[in-house]
Amino acid sequence: MGLTFIKSLEASGSASLEFVDGTSDVVLDNTYNEYQFYFVNMHPATSNVYFAFQVNADGQSGFNETITSTAFRAYVREDGLGSALGYDTGNDQAEGTAYQQILSTGTGIENDESVSGVLTLYDPSSTTYVKHFVADGNGYDHGDYTVTSHNAGYINTTSAIDEISFKFSSGNIDEGAIYMYGVS
Amino acid sequence: MAKTLISTHTADGSSTSIDITSGIDDTYSVYEFHYVNMHLQSDGERLQFQFNADGGSGFNENMTTIAFLASHGEDDSGGSLAYQGDFSMDQAGTDARDQPLGVGIGADADQSISGVLTLYDPSSTTYVKHFMARSVHPQNGDEARDHYVAGFINTTSAIDEISFRTNTGNIDAGTIKMFGVS
Repeated sequence: MGLTFIKSLEASGSASLEFVDGTSDVVLDNTYNEYQFYFVNMHPATSNVYFAFQVNADGQSGFNETITSTAFRAYVREDGLGSALGYDTGNDQAEGTAYQQILSTGTGIENDESVSGVLTLYDPSSTTYVKHFVADGNGYDHGDYTVTSHNAGYINTTSAIDEISFKFSSGNIDEGAIYMYGVS
Repeated sequence: MAKTLISTHTADGSSTSIDITSGIDDTYSVYEFHYVNMHLQSDGERLQFQFNADGGSGFNENMTTIAFLASHGEDDSGGSLAYQGDFSMDQAGTDARDQPLGVGIGADADQSISGVLTLYDPSSTTYVKHFMARSVHPQNGDEARDHYVAGFINTTSAIDEISFRTNTGNIDAGTIKMFGVS
């Protein structure tokens, strides 16, 4: 087995992209104990915005589950001026219910600017454990930086998770695709 | 690239370790071990790993490793990224300790550790064996921890066995899946 393709969603001026178990061939249940979401060239309609995700527990709505997370990043500017590696306090959460930023970069809006990466969600159907996630990606920041971001944490609920939403912190997703896989 | 499931190993609370003693050979040049919701019986302890070279025993190969950690508390405390040289997280020289994947793992009913360990070309008899791992878990003090470990097993002998085990107490529950990458 290995990676099993489940569903892809393509943005076209979309406010968000949402994978909902049992809808449009999406499987987000106990079929797999690990899911991966590859997001490729997510291009925002608004400059300097952050790509993020949230989830719904089974039977819930609003994409506002409680998350505790970590975030760090490395970046360098195209002209070589300005580079760093460090923790990113602006993109973590402490029992927060906001969308979890998974790329610590204010993505640019120029035609060649976007963000790409992968989010792994562990055992979302568990009703015993909190739900672990890790995310890695790289983005083209509006200030002409390349930024690699590494986020991780857990959704602090023992309810099953069966819906996930991706969006930018403001404005629509102009273009881009997200590919959902089950790992088995 | 494709991943092929080779074997699945489930903890039942009766042992401190899960030993994978078959299926690691020259069939694949990359192996991945996906550990999901490994729940330890002892609070604040470690999930670790070690290897055996072909024909060896005892899970005690020499390793040189690095480790760093991002952490952040549920109460908004911390929020840091740092090299992790304490808690035996890194190794050097002739160190042949168990290599932690995470430390301070919470053992509350809803706490566990998940992640992926990647092992490169274990059957090589020319090179040392590289590995990388990333793990996420709630710490027993209620903070999110994102552990990174990498290094090499300092042997040119083939590696054909791996053990995942705690420093103390049994593995109460959890699943490890071994994949070959081709």
